[in-house]
Amino acid sequence: MADPRYIAGKKPHPRERRMIFRNVDRSGWDASIATYRKDGGYRELKKALKMKPAAVTDEVKASGLRGRGGAGFPTGVKWGFIPPDNNKPIYLICNADESEPGTFKDRYIIHQDPHQLLEGILISSYAVGAKVAYIYIREEFPEGAVILERAIEEARTAKLLGKKILGTDFECEIYIHRGAGAYICGEETGLIESLEGKRPYPRIKPPYFPAVLGLYMCPTIVNNVESLCHVKHVMAMGGKKYAQLGTPRNTGTRILCVSGDVQKPGYFEIEVGKLTMGELIEDLCGGMKKGRKLKAVIPGGSSAKVLRAGETYTIRDGDKEKTIGLPDIPMDFDSLAACGSMAGSGGVIVMDDSRDMTWVLNNINTFYAHESCGQCTPCREGSLWMKKITDRMLSGGGVPSDVETLVSVGNNIAGRTICAFGEACAWPTQSFVAKFPEEFKKHTSRRNIGKALNPETKTASAGLGD
Amino acid sequence: MEVPKELEKEADDFICHYPQEEKGSASLPLLHLLQREFGYISDDAISWVAEKLGTEPIKILELVTFYPGFRQKAPGKYHIRVCRTLSCAMAGCHQTMEKICELAGIDRSNVSHHDPIAISTDGKFSIEFAECLASCGTGPVCLVGDDFHEEVKPENTEQLLQQYK
Amino acid sequence: MVASKDSGENLVSVQVDDHWISVPRGTRMIEACKQAAAEVPHYCYHPKLTSPGNCRMCLVEMGMPPRPSPGEEPELDADGHAKINWMPRPVIACANTVVDGMGIRTQSLLAKECRQGVMEFLLINHPLDCPICDQAGECTLQEYSVEHGNGQSRFLESKVKKPKNVEIGPRIRLDDERCVLCSRCVRFSKEVVDDDVFGFVDRGSHSVLTVHPDRKLENNYSLNTVDICPVGALTSNDFRFKMRVWFMRETKSLCTGCARGCNTVVGSREGKIYRQSPRENNDVNSAWMCDTGRMEYHQLENPARLTEPMIKRGKKHRTVDWPEAICRAARDLTKFKGEQLAIIASGRMTNEELYLTRTLAESLQPGVVDIVKREGEGDDYLSHCDKNPNVNGARKVLKIRSPGSKLKSIRKRIVEDKIKALLVIGEDLIDCGFTEGELSSLQCLVSSHIIANPTAKMSHVVLPGAGYAEKRGSMINATGRLQRLNKAIDPPGQSREDWEILHELNRAVDGCDGVTELADVFTQMASTLSIFKGLSLSRIGDLGVDVMDTGETVPLLEREARRVSEGLIVG
Ligand SMILES: Cc1cc2nc3c(=O)[nH]c(=O)nc-3n(C[C@H](O)[C@H](O)[C@H](O)COP(=O)(O)O)c2cc1C
Ligand code: SF4
Ligand code: SF4
Ligand code: SF4
Ligand code: FES
Ligand code: FES
Repeated sequence: MADPRYIAGKKPHPRERRMIFRNVDRSGWDASIATYRKDGGYRELKKALKMKPAAVTDEVKASGLRGRGGAGFPTGVKWGFIPPDNNKPIYLICNADESEPGTFKDRYIIHQDPHQLLEGILISSYAVGAKVAYIYIREEFPEGAVILERAIEEARTAKLLGKKILGTDFECEIYIHRGAGAYICGEETGLIESLEGKRPYPRIKPPYFPAVLGLYMCPTIVNNVESLCHVKHVMAMGGKKYAQLGTPRNTGTRILCVSGDVQKPGYFEIEVGKLTMGELIEDLCGGMKKGRKLKAVIPGGSSAKVLRAGETYTIRDGDKEKTIGLPDIPMDFDSLAACGSMAGSGGVIVMDDSRDMTWVLNNINTFYAHESCGQCTPCREGSLWMKKITDRMLSGGGVPSDVETLVSVGNNIAGRTICAFGEACAWPTQSFVAKFPEEFKKHTSRRNIGKALNPETKTASAGLGD
Repeated sequence: MEVPKELEKEADDFICHYPQEEKGSASLPLLHLLQREFGYISDDAISWVAEKLGTEPIKILELVTFYPGFRQKAPGKYHIRVCRTLSCAMAGCHQTMEKICELAGIDRSNVSHHDPIAISTDGKFSIEFAECLASCGTGPVCLVGDDFHEEVKPENTEQLLQQYK
Repeated sequence: MVASKDSGENLVSVQVDDHWISVPRGTRMIEACKQAAAEVPHYCYHPKLTSPGNCRMCLVEMGMPPRPSPGEEPELDADGHAKINWMPRPVIACANTVVDGMGIRTQSLLAKECRQGVMEFLLINHPLDCPICDQAGECTLQEYSVEHGNGQSRFLESKVKKPKNVEIGPRIRLDDERCVLCSRCVRFSKEVVDDDVFGFVDRGSHSVLTVHPDRKLENNYSLNTVDICPVGALTSNDFRFKMRVWFMRETKSLCTGCARGCNTVVGSREGKIYRQSPRENNDVNSAWMCDTGRMEYHQLENPARLTEPMIKRGKKHRTVDWPEAICRAARDLTKFKGEQLAIIASGRMTNEELYLTRTLAESLQPGVVDIVKREGEGDDYLSHCDKNPNVNGARKVLKIRSPGSKLKSIRKRIVEDKIKALLVIGEDLIDCGFTEGELSSLQCLVSSHIIANPTAKMSHVVLPGAGYAEKRGSMINATGRLQRLNKAIDPPGQSREDWEILHELNRAVDGCDGVTELADVFTQMASTLSIFKGLSLSRIGDLGVDVMDTGETVPLLEREARRVSEGLIVG
């Protein structure tokens, strides 16, 4: 099997602050439990088991840790939603579906540091009272699943799983559950349905908040791979100490994944908010490709609203407001939200001035049309409609009303669907068309009919049919 | 369809991962087992899983047709999935796809939403697009069977195919 | 709402389109709106089924009273209610419940835009089939698109192609291009009748409702899915293309297929029934009926229907007019007394018919009166193993203790030549074990039925009656509920409603019975029989009244009640 790029000894960038990715690409490192333990692995679990579960949750609350899966919801607060009078089994699910385009961080944790994840899962399971945890891993990580299985076997042999873990009364099993190629299985209630063996149709909330009515209608905590790993470090540092990393309300470190038109795409673990977009692109990624200029950035996975080079934003700076440009945006949850987009899953997609925005949007629309589960009307019908419009625009059949239609279809989806996929598929259209109107209009003028505007155009929408 | 004993045992092990009254949870694991064994999910495979889990065959068909990870027709000896999504597209995945098809003798002109897989005339390779494989920084990427390959630029495709005899 | 002691606590105030109303705590928003006469359009929501919230048609604007910080007083509006903070996002009215002080806007710009948007989405891939669609006229898609659509299509793309005219079971066809994927049919089959045959295949915009090729939709409740399908995707083979719904007359009635007495609506036009569908009655059949019962109306179309009274002369029957037939029947029957005469009535007769049989028996003084037992297979839903719809009526009105228990001895005594005359109402004796030899040995056989059955063929006097949808009357079902049968169409030819036949017979035998119309029979019955005390035919109402405690329950209703109490369905 070809290993995913494992560049042993590849040095992190000096601006990085590696915790989660400490062992990624580390020379002399491997995924075995022996290596992990030699490095102090499972010490935090031992520490946690000496505490009351509620005390562990309190540490996580104090750490200010926010979910790294997309929504940025405070992890400790989520754990606190389990009804106190609950007498049903509690489940923990590790969301390893990593399928938001532009995101590639969980992959490396799974492949290169699986025991870190297992330790995070065990600590979290202990805190929330789960005796069974599932790792829902996307099907396209076949090797990752094998590595995790092996790690679980090792952990079981080492009595870190099963009954009487580390000689305490804590018991826990971890099972791998493989998906089968569906982005919507990353949405937590879609994931739960999938895990129940049903079509992954997301559930309505209310009433189906996972922490109350989750897997098998039992309280269930769903957390992202990276979030669960952070729990281990919260244990190691203590919640308060951890909270000093990053910036207030945006604590800790997070992994940013950069792809697209930069010199050196890759993954970078940084303290949240301690780095700006410009620094990320220029310093960590070596800048734009030669002779090219920055045109646009999607800052948090393909569903995040696009940011256009040259735009200005007003954000809060303490008590004051200040106006900043795209390169000045601090890479944290709140700043990106204040700029009208989101930190999402940490997937930063950079586009230079060679890119046709209609083509880019069409590629994204194709993704969402393909991935809509089809359960609810606006998303089911609207996602394909938007794709068909951009298809037509690219193939020279655009009409002037297309621009308006695109936006209004997006408006008719966002905020009106069962799950957040609705926003995920509408935001790109809404933002791209609003921010690059001239590019879309270009495709609706007679002059361009039949003309491919970009070498990739002819194949942009090919491949997945309708 | 003859399901080997060991496979059935594996299936039973999977079923044990879920609460007794929630056997349906083992649907995906069982389908994965069968696809690994037979290369694709046949009608018999659907019935087998349904019976094994005490559910209606339609409930299994619902899954098989939902997830692109399950195929309802036999693929080539090596099945290739090329990432189609944005970062890989910017890195040239469509050109990669074209090149692979050219080298392997695959005609993709008839693929559709309902039948996304094209097979080479010699049956050695089959190919389809997949959505973001979560390695966007090293695109274009693809999976050949369970093997993952990065930076598969058109010029690297020949070397890629040569690994599969 | 019955005001109970703690009703104050269990009621909450909700503002719907600027008007405050009180509804019980836990009421779904959509039901609260309905109570405020602000009907919210919907597709997937059905009060008897779980709410997946998938159609998004019921989106409304919602607001909450502010949560003042401790010590702070909430700002009040002119009515003394806390001022509502309106949410920027719409919410679905079908699955959310009200809370005290909540505001709902069903007519705001946002709510209207949401509906318009959903309508447009549903229509872009919908075929323009209305002129040939059976659902036209009762299609919510058609109806809402007039009310909430935006008229013009700006969809320039090609529509998604899906399977059409798929046979998914012996009685039903599916047109997937019409399906709006609301999953009502899926949920009905799974949740109500435990037959999880439906499923969605493929995904996204290509999602298609279907059944597995080897596993059809053939349960005995399948046709209910056609009723609840909000569009014309599921069509009944029986009704398909036969009649445009707006031409039909609808009559509220009952199914007489078994002792359940499911409430129905009979659709007819110009003396022909085109369909029969369930009518909601939460004490009887919820909102459903079985396919067997639904198809029962076809017996009325039997080509062997009796249409004229007849008298047997030698081996042949000749048609006569009613006065002659009644006169002859009365003359022949009154020749026999006591032991020599028996009456066999039917558990399919209405109470009124049974009552008139009883008064007739009082005059004729037969040695024995019985009805025919009709046992069959019941199920765990509605279908009752007693296939007589009115055994309880026969018990109470005709004082039949043990239905069918005397038939054997009647046969024996016919053979022994002790019984010489027989009046048979609504039954075919050959079908219940009597032999032709036995019947031919009778000196007088008078029968009334709707079909020219073997008994009729042997009868000296044949009195053609009316089928269940051709007459009025009342029945008592298995759980002791008195319900009303109504007349949807006229009986064919000269045949008459059975109560009239019996009334005429009574008159011919006894001179006078003080009855001029059906309601009089009920009034007489009510003065004689305590269970009917204080009731009249009109007071029974459309939904019936409980008159007996039979100790029986309805399995389907019990499950439904459980689901209501778990909050899964509204009920
Ligand atoms: C359409 C959609 C796709 C999602 N995909 C993922 C995913 O691939 N991985 C993930 O961890 N979270 C994903 N999420 C977010 C999850 O629903 C959920 O919020 C998250 O797993 C919670 O974990 P966290 O609190 O640790 O972030 C997705 C959400 C949506 C709406
Ligand atoms: S928003 Fe899209 S993905 Fe989410 S439930 Fe609706 S159709 Fe499915
Ligand atoms: S067939 Fe009718 S009831 Fe069933 S999902 Fe489609 S529209 Fe709904
Ligand atoms: S259950 Fe009985 S009464 Fe109801 S429809 Fe069926 S046959 Fe008629
Ligand atoms: S876009 Fe190809 S791996 Fe993400
Ligand atoms: S009625 Fe369908 S979402 Fe409410």
